[in-house]
Amino acid sequence: MTGDMRQGDALMTLEGLTKAYPGVLANDQVSFSLLPGEVHALLGENGAGKSTLVKMIYGLVKPDAGQMTLNGEAFAPVNPAAARAAGVAMVFQHFSLFDALSVAENIALGMDNPPSTRELASRIREVSQAYGLPLDPDRIVGDLSAGERQRVEIIRCLLQNPKLLIMDEPTSVLTPQEVEILFETLRKLTSEGTSILYISHKLEEIRALCEHATILRHGVVVDTCDPREKSARELAELMVGDKLHVPSRDPAEPGAVALSLSGVSMPSPSEFGTDLRNVSLEVRKGEVLGIGGVAGNGQDELLAVMSGEARAQDGSITLAGEEINTLSPGARRARGLLTAPEERLGHSAAPEMSLIENALLTGSVREKLVDRGFLRWNKTEKFARRIIEAFDVRTPSADNAAGSLSGGNLQKFVIGREVLQNPDVLVVNQPTWGVDAAAAASIRQSLLDLAHKGAAVIVISQDLDELMEISDRFTALNEGRLARPVPTQGLSVEEIGLMMGGAESDEVAA
Amino acid sequence: MIRLEKRPQPSKVWGTLTPVLAVIATMIAGGILFWMLGKDPLEAIRTIFWDPLFHETFGPYSRPQLLVKAGPLILIAIGLSLGFRAGIWNIGAEGQYIMGAICGAAVGLAFYPSESILIFPAMVLAGAIGGWAWAMIPGVLKVKFGTNEILVSLMLVYVAENILASVSQGLLKNPDGMGFPGSRNFRDFPAAHNTDLIAGTGMHWGVAAAFIAVILAYILLTRHMLGFQVRLTGEAPRAAKFAGVNPTRLILFCLGTSGALAGLAGLFEVSGPSGQVSIDFNAGYGFTAIIVAFLGRLHPIGILLAGLLMALTYIGGELAQLMLGLPGAAIQMFQGMLMFFLLAMDMLSHYRVRWKTPAAAQEGAN
Repeated sequence: MTGDMRQGDALMTLEGLTKAYPGVLANDQVSFSLLPGEVHALLGENGAGKSTLVKMIYGLVKPDAGQMTLNGEAFAPVNPAAARAAGVAMVFQHFSLFDALSVAENIALGMDNPPSTRELASRIREVSQAYGLPLDPDRIVGDLSAGERQRVEIIRCLLQNPKLLIMDEPTSVLTPQEVEILFETLRKLTSEGTSILYISHKLEEIRALCEHATILRHGVVVDTCDPREKSARELAELMVGDKLHVPSRDPAEPGAVALSLSGVSMPSPSEFGTDLRNVSLEVRKGEVLGIGGVAGNGQDELLAVMSGEARAQDGSITLAGEEINTLSPGARRARGLLTAPEERLGHSAAPEMSLIENALLTGSVREKLVDRGFLRWNKTEKFARRIIEAFDVRTPSADNAAGSLSGGNLQKFVIGREVLQNPDVLVVNQPTWGVDAAAAASIRQSLLDLAHKGAAVIVISQDLDELMEISDRFTALNEGRLARPVPTQGLSVEEIGLMMGGAESDEVAA
Repeated sequence: MIRLEKRPQPSKVWGTLTPVLAVIATMIAGGILFWMLGKDPLEAIRTIFWDPLFHETFGPYSRPQLLVKAGPLILIAIGLSLGFRAGIWNIGAEGQYIMGAICGAAVGLAFYPSESILIFPAMVLAGAIGGWAWAMIPGVLKVKFGTNEILVSLMLVYVAENILASVSQGLLKNPDGMGFPGSRNFRDFPAAHNTDLIAGTGMHWGVAAAFIAVILAYILLTRHMLGFQVRLTGEAPRAAKFAGVNPTRLILFCLGTSGALAGLAGLFEVSGPSGQVSIDFNAGYGFTAIIVAFLGRLHPIGILLAGLLMALTYIGGELAQLMLGLPGAAIQMFQGMLMFFLLAMDMLSHYRVRWKTPAAAQEGAN
């Protein structure tokens, strides 16, 4: 393999790294090496072992076998602090920031020996200027956009002058413009000799940014390649180990208006949320309406006002012509409006409960799983098995806790649970967030199939490629306001970027 | 070197095995404690765990006591466990217990010396309503004004204690009691007396109610939508809201049910074993039941066993003080050890223990 040839001048080498968890070999004899100043992609489906691998490098998990070297010396961090001391830094997919604290305070919390606040603030300014990441150290994190929060995490890492920067799904929360800014920063870093280990599902990005890719499948390195020489589809097939099914569509003639919001305003229930302002939309039977936008622009609130978890203060929501604003979530389900929120663990599913119990969670009304207050467990179990089978949810059994499933599998379960209840209107928020390519494709296909059968589908997503692929009409949320929907066909990335927020334009200039 | 590995799902086998192991570990550690106090450890353990049930002389006296003490603990703990499962913390069961006893007793005493068979059922109803109403105060305040139910329910315990002191010296005082505080004794009021259902067993109506509560709670939690909503709210409050659970209704249901059961326990106690409303008839059952609920893992069957075990250590502890002259503090420490081992052994159901040879540990560290 190429890894052996590259070892001599490598920054880091991994050899035979193996890690077993009860019942699963997460990493099996993983070996590769990283050159100084390269962007190295780590590709693989969910559950392929990427997280375990980077956790071993970052000292969060101890390998069962195998060695690592850093700059030619043995490297076995006992904890993240040891990894950081050796020059390895990591930006996680989920930010670990405190909303109520300032940028500088948050950064100080993550450092082993933080300097005084004033000194730290000036260093933050220096670094943020040097790398083109504008950030005011005195701002409160709760007021920052997702892109800015990520900058906090990145700057926290850069202050340690890392030799290796690990990034886990860094662009999933960014606008196209913000992605460009991030890539500029990363290119600048590599030109100074820092190596970057880059984990992402977005294959086009990997092709644009990375010089080398290691592909993991079921914990084993199955291939290495230069992603610039492969098409996105070839990369996806390497990852999946199979031909990739591209969602196909067969647009039906849109029918009558199924769900409409007019002039809906609602203050956000959470302190750092976004208020909805005068949101109006219509979705017709048989059509998919895509709602883009950067996270934190009112997506959760928009879903909550449709699911019935929150009530609109002004305006009206009608389902098939009937006002439903005061109806409970259960009553809305009974009338055919189903929803799937973004957060799987704890919102659309209860992680400690079994899949059977989670099937009951939203299925009780339409699937008639309750008889005069008593639960029909047999019927519920059948419903859960139907979801598992129809949506290819990989789980040992329906009795397993929802939290023990990988993100992609749980998401397939959640989407499947709603789709199989034959909704008239289905609203999903971030249906493929953190989901691997194969699972994402099958989720998208099921949404298209649902629309084809005559249901109205609203997809709220940050993944523009996804929205372009499946939606008939496109609109975007920006600070709680919804742009006027336009047909998706012929829409350019630039137009979309503008719809997603004029507010971001000054940052593009910076 | 020992290493702990988190299990993907809690182990069911260990979940049932750990309480047994905990009792054994308590016996060993407690035995060492008693030995250091200069007592025969085997005799002390036998006195606490065996003699209350099987001793020739004491058995007949203490066996009924087991049910008498366990009954109210189980009844109250079952109610509390529903709320605790949903993340609703009623800490004031002691107050609801007192108010249930006062209300129920007041209804009975109002009809003294009637012999109607309706008196006792009316007292039961009044006891449940008294406890329910007292628990509704923190419930309504929480729902309407967002107050903290822990604080309000706890403070209402002290209010209830003062009401108890007041009525036993005033409103409910025995007119024939020659000025002593305390109500008429229900032993002298057959229509209102909560006697043993089977003489000499300690099995009074309250114990029967506790068993019924265990069964109903089990059915509620495993087979009923309301029980599912209780569990869902505790496990994932956001998911519960998404599923359409009405939090207001759930809070009032949980607090109301636990209050009503605590009130029932109070009524059965005051009209039976205790016999009269007196200044200090309450024996802290409402607080001990919190421990019983957690010891039983908030599971109805677990609570049943925990209540019996708790009652056994109380009776056995008293016996050991009497027979062996063990200091009361040593008994409390012994009970503390039992809690400690039960909770610590819990680790075994969530983690698996792996032994690692020193060589392998060394390699891992390098």
